[in-house]
Amino acid sequence: MPAESLHRDARRFFFERYGMTSADLERYLAAALDRGGDFADLYFEYQSTSSLLMEESLLKSANQGISVGVGVRVLAGERTGYAYSDDLAPEKILRAAETAAHIASGPARTHIVGLREVPSRATLYPVVMAPTDAELMAKLALVERADRAARAYDPRIEQVRVSYADEVKWVLIAASDGAEAADYQPLARMGVFCLARDGASVQRGNSGGGGRVDLSFFDRQLTPEELAGQAAREAIQQLQARECPAGEMTVVLGPGWPGVLLHEAIGHGLEADFNRKKTSAFSGLVGQRVASPICTVVDDGTLPGRRGSLNMDDEGAPTQCTALIENGVLRGYMQDRLSAGVMGAHATGNGRRQSYAHMPMPRMTNTYMLPGEDDPEAILRGVKKGLYAVNFGGGQVDITNGKFVFSASESYLIEDGKITAPVRGATLIGNGPDVLTRVSRVGNDLKLDQGIGMCGKEGQWVPVGVGIPTVQIDRLTVGGTAG
Amino acid sequence: MTDGNHRDAAHGDSNGLMELAQRIVAEAQRRGATGAECVMREGRELSATVRLAEVEQLKQAGGKSLGIRVFLGQRSASTYSSDFSWPAVTQMIDSALGIARIASEDPAAGLPQPEELGRWEGDLGIYSPAAARVDTDAGVDLARRAEAAALAADPRLRNSEGGSFEAGEGRRIFANSLGFAGEYRRSSCSIAAVPIAEEDGKMQRDYWYTVAHDPARLDSPEEVGRIAAQRTLRRLGARKAPTARVPVVFDSLVARSLLDQIFTAVSGESIYRGASFLAGKLGELVAASGVTVVDDGPRPGGFGSAPFDGEGVAKRRTVVLRNGRLESYLLNCYTARKLGLRTTGNASRGLADAPGVGYGNLYLEPGTQTPEELIAGIPQGLFVTEFIGSGVNIVTGDYSRGAGGMWIENGQLAYPVEEITVAGNLKDMLQHIVAVGNDLEFRSSAAAPTLVIEGMTVAGR
Repeated sequence: MPAESLHRDARRFFFERYGMTSADLERYLAAALDRGGDFADLYFEYQSTSSLLMEESLLKSANQGISVGVGVRVLAGERTGYAYSDDLAPEKILRAAETAAHIASGPARTHIVGLREVPSRATLYPVVMAPTDAELMAKLALVERADRAARAYDPRIEQVRVSYADEVKWVLIAASDGAEAADYQPLARMGVFCLARDGASVQRGNSGGGGRVDLSFFDRQLTPEELAGQAAREAIQQLQARECPAGEMTVVLGPGWPGVLLHEAIGHGLEADFNRKKTSAFSGLVGQRVASPICTVVDDGTLPGRRGSLNMDDEGAPTQCTALIENGVLRGYMQDRLSAGVMGAHATGNGRRQSYAHMPMPRMTNTYMLPGEDDPEAILRGVKKGLYAVNFGGGQVDITNGKFVFSASESYLIEDGKITAPVRGATLIGNGPDVLTRVSRVGNDLKLDQGIGMCGKEGQWVPVGVGIPTVQIDRLTVGGTAG
Repeated sequence: MTDGNHRDAAHGDSNGLMELAQRIVAEAQRRGATGAECVMREGRELSATVRLAEVEQLKQAGGKSLGIRVFLGQRSASTYSSDFSWPAVTQMIDSALGIARIASEDPAAGLPQPEELGRWEGDLGIYSPAAARVDTDAGVDLARRAEAAALAADPRLRNSEGGSFEAGEGRRIFANSLGFAGEYRRSSCSIAAVPIAEEDGKMQRDYWYTVAHDPARLDSPEEVGRIAAQRTLRRLGARKAPTARVPVVFDSLVARSLLDQIFTAVSGESIYRGASFLAGKLGELVAASGVTVVDDGPRPGGFGSAPFDGEGVAKRRTVVLRNGRLESYLLNCYTARKLGLRTTGNASRGLADAPGVGYGNLYLEPGTQTPEELIAGIPQGLFVTEFIGSGVNIVTGDYSRGAGGMWIENGQLAYPVEEITVAGNLKDMLQHIVAVGNDLEFRSSAAAPTLVIEGMTVAGR
C-alpha cells in the first residue's frame, strides 16, 4: 500500500534529508531542559505547497514553495517557553532550545529518557501519490474543467475564479518523555467563485471542497463540475433574493456545512485551555444539560480523508472521537498536553498548531452532531414561518460570554411548511450554552462538509471539518433588514 | 529613530541579503526569465504573557524567507522558501520557470513601467532599534503591570486572559530586473490587557492595548490596564436590545472596520472583476458629503507606512473619497492595466503570490463634534463597541454583523446590550453617515473617528 509506505517514510524523512540522529534529538531536548523544565518537545516540520489560480479562463497565477523549521517547547508547571528556527543546523536548534529553556529557573534535569518510536496507526489519508507531486498539468486540467462547467451553467454567469491548492507536511516530534512520532500529512482543496449578473443586479456564489486526499478525489468523489455547479447555482439563485427578515424566529439548518454552528456555538467553548482558566461560558458545566436530549455532538479526528482528520495531533498524541455532548449533557473538553496535565484529564488528540513557529493549543478536528430520527422533509413541513439556511460563510464566538455568530450566504423563507423565496445573506446570532437547548428536531441525514473549513484562534489557522443533520432551532436571532 | 532605508544606505548591508536578492534576479534572467523579482523578509519577535500575576508564555525567535517571481513574456509564476543556499535558490528559479511555462499569456501581467519605480524619500519614522532590544524581563514586567492594573480596578474583575507584551522588527528587501533594489525596516511593540469581569454568574471579557514603533512611545501599562478594566466592566449586565430601526453610532475602534470594507470595495482587484458595489462609480457621489477617505502611504510614523510598495513603486497619498465623491480606486500595476489606469502605489506583497492590493494608512477625516456630543443628539439608538463575525458582501454591499455595545436613551448611554445584529447595505450606509466625530486616532494602519449612521436595522428580541 503506497499510502502506508508514505506514512512509514515520515520518520526517516528528517533523518535522511538533514542527517539527524536520535542522539541529536536527545541532545536538543537536554538543552531545552537545562534549566529544570518539566517537559520539552521538538516539532520538526517540512511543508511543501503548490497552488493555481484561474480567472477570466486564464491561468493567471501558479506558485509553489517550501517552508522548513523546528519549534522547541518547554513546559514548567503552567508556563510555556517557546522558540523556533527556520534553519535546521544543529547550532541553530540548540540555540532555540536554550532560548525556550529560559521559561524555567532551576537546576538542569540531567536524565532524558531514551527516545522510542511511538507505534503509529494505519494511516487515515488515502493518498497514493502526494498531491504536491502530481503533474501540474493534471491540476490545471481540474481547474479548467471547473471553469468551463461554471461558465456553461447559465449565460448570466459573468465571472469565474477557480483556485486549487495543496500541501504536504512531514512532521517529526520528539519529546522528553521519550516519545518520538512522525506523520506525513497531505491536504488538497479546490474552490470556485462565481459572479452572476442580471441587469443591474450582481450576486456571488462560492463553493469548495477537498481533504487529506490526492488528485483522484476530484475525479471520483467531488468533481470540478459539481463544485462549479454549486457556486454557479448559488449566484444565480441569489439574483432573485429578497430582504432577509430581522428578529427572533424558527431556523432550520440544512445538513453539512451549517454544522459551523456547532463549531462556533459550543466547539470553541469546550476547548480545554479556556476551561482550565475558567474563562469559557462552559466552565464547570460538565455533567450538566446544555442541549436538548436529542443532541449528541462529537469531535472526531479519525475520519479517513477528512480535512480536519489527523493520524496524530501536533504533540504526537493519536487523534480520537471525543464525545462533547451526549444526549444533551456536557461530557468533556478537547485537550492538549498542557491542559490535560493541569486538569488531570486524558489527552484527546486535540493539541494542534499552525506551524513550527506556533505553540500547540487545544483545537477542533471534525466537529459534528450525530443523526436523529426525523425525516428532513417532515421537519420543514412542520414549520409555519421561519428561515431555512443551507450555506454559510464564516462565524465567530466570544468564548467568555458565549455569544456566537455565523453568516448565512444562502437561505430561504419557510412559509406554511414550504420553502419559498431565497433571501439575502444574514448573520445569525445566539448564545452558546443555550442555543442547543432550543433544538426541537434532528434529522436522520447527517452530512459532513465538503472540506473547506479554516479555523482561527489566537492568530493561528488550522484546517477543520464540521457536520450536522437537518436541525430545527426554535428561536434564533436573524440579522436581516426586513421588518 | 531613523528610517531603516537610510540607515542601511549609510552603513551598508550587514549580511549581504540585498546583494543576494540582486544576484537572484540576475540569475533568473540568465536562466531564461524575461523579467524577475525577488522579495526577502527577515524578522524577529518576542512575546510574553502574564496571567494572574504568573508568567504564562514566553516566545522568542527569528527567521527569514524569500520569494521569487519570474516572467516568460506575459506568463508568470512564483516560488518561495526559507532556504537561502545558492543550490536551493537556483532550484527555486528553475521550478518557477517550469511552472511559468504552463501559465497563460496574460496581457495585463508584467513589471511596472521603469518610470513608475521609485521610493518615498524622507524619514518615515517607522523603525526604532529599541523595540528589539527590550529584554524578556522588561517585557514580562510591562505585561504584569498591565494585568495588575486591570485587576486592581474593581473587585468584579477576578479572572483574566492575561497581560501581554510583544515586540518585533522586520526587514524587507525587494529587487527586480528593471534595476530597482530597495529595503526598509519596521519595528513594533505593544502592551495589552484582557481582564474578565463576573457578576451574577455571567462573565464578560474585553481588552485594551497600546502600540508604537518605539517602546518609549507606548502608553503606560497602568493606563492600558485601567482602560481595559473600564471597557470590560461596562459590559456587565448586558441584555438583548429590541428589534428596531434606529441610528447606530460606530465607536472609533469599530468604525475602523468600515474602512476595511471601503478599501475592499475600491481595491482594483474587486473593481476590475466587477465584484464591488462601487465598481464603475468613479466620479460619483457614493457617500455623505462629510465623508473624506484618504490612503496616506508614506505617513510619518504610520503603522502601514513604507517607502515603496510591493512592486517597487513609491508610496503616495491618494484621496479615495472627497466629500463623498469617489475620486480614486486603489491600484497595483496589474489592476491598473486591467482598468486602463495608472498604479497608485498600492501593491501588497506576500512571498508566494503575485502582488495584491493593500492600503498604507487608510483613514476617514475627522469632523468637529466629540463622541459625547454625537450621542447626546440621539433620542434612541445603539452605540456599537464590538462587532463579531464578518457578514459583509462587497459585491452587493449587504451588511449584517453580530454586535455588542450600549443602548442609547435620550442622548445617554443607558445599558449594555449584546446578542444583537446590525444590518443594512453599505451603499445606503455610506450615504447615511450623518455625523463624523473629531476623535481620529491611529492605532493601526486604518483609522476612523466615531460615526453616526442612520437607517440600519438592529435585530434582537
